[in-house]
Amino acid sequence: MATTTGLESLVDQIISVITNDGRNIVGVLKGFDQATNIILDESHERVFSTKEGVQQHVLGLYIIRDDNIGVIGELDEELDASLDFSKLRAHPLKPVVH
Amino acid sequence: MLFFSYFKDLVGQEVTVELKNDLAIRGTLHSVDQYLNIKLENTRVVDQDKFPHMLSVRNCFIRGSVVRYVQLPPDGVDVDLLHDAARREARGA
Repeated sequence: MATTTGLESLVDQIISVITNDGRNIVGVLKGFDQATNIILDESHERVFSTKEGVQQHVLGLYIIRDDNIGVIGELDEELDASLDFSKLRAHPLKPVVH
Repeated sequence: MLFFSYFKDLVGQEVTVELKNDLAIRGTLHSVDQYLNIKLENTRVVDQDKFPHMLSVRNCFIRGSVVRYVQLPPDGVDVDLLHDAARREARGA
């Protein structure tokens, strides 16, 4: 359906969220609303750096407010498992500038 | 409404969405909504070395407010039709 981009299909799936301040948070989508506020369970933040591999900070149950949300990606667990995070080097994402 | 209708007609085309944080994501336009939120399938980040943050993501939802540009295939656009529609919309408003 081309007229609704609901997040229903992603509920109970592991998603990767890119927030407007440039953070990458991974967790299980538990709920959302029309405004795209989301509830993320078992979440952790992936911190990218140019000096060392990816760090994971455990966060737990989070509500992310809609105005801070940039991208919600469906995480492919097989692909994710094949990545070696200790080898990844990258600049952190830039914050969104309107 | 104009661009919402326009994007609905573009569903199925390959587009590149450039975000306001400089990230660019290429994918097939799956759906769009009234806020111009975009759902893309088969996504690949354009500069994968610079932005490995989405390597394991193949489908994504992009919030409309975060989009800077939507790059379209040049032959996927009927410029005259769009021009006419925009003129009508401007007149109506």
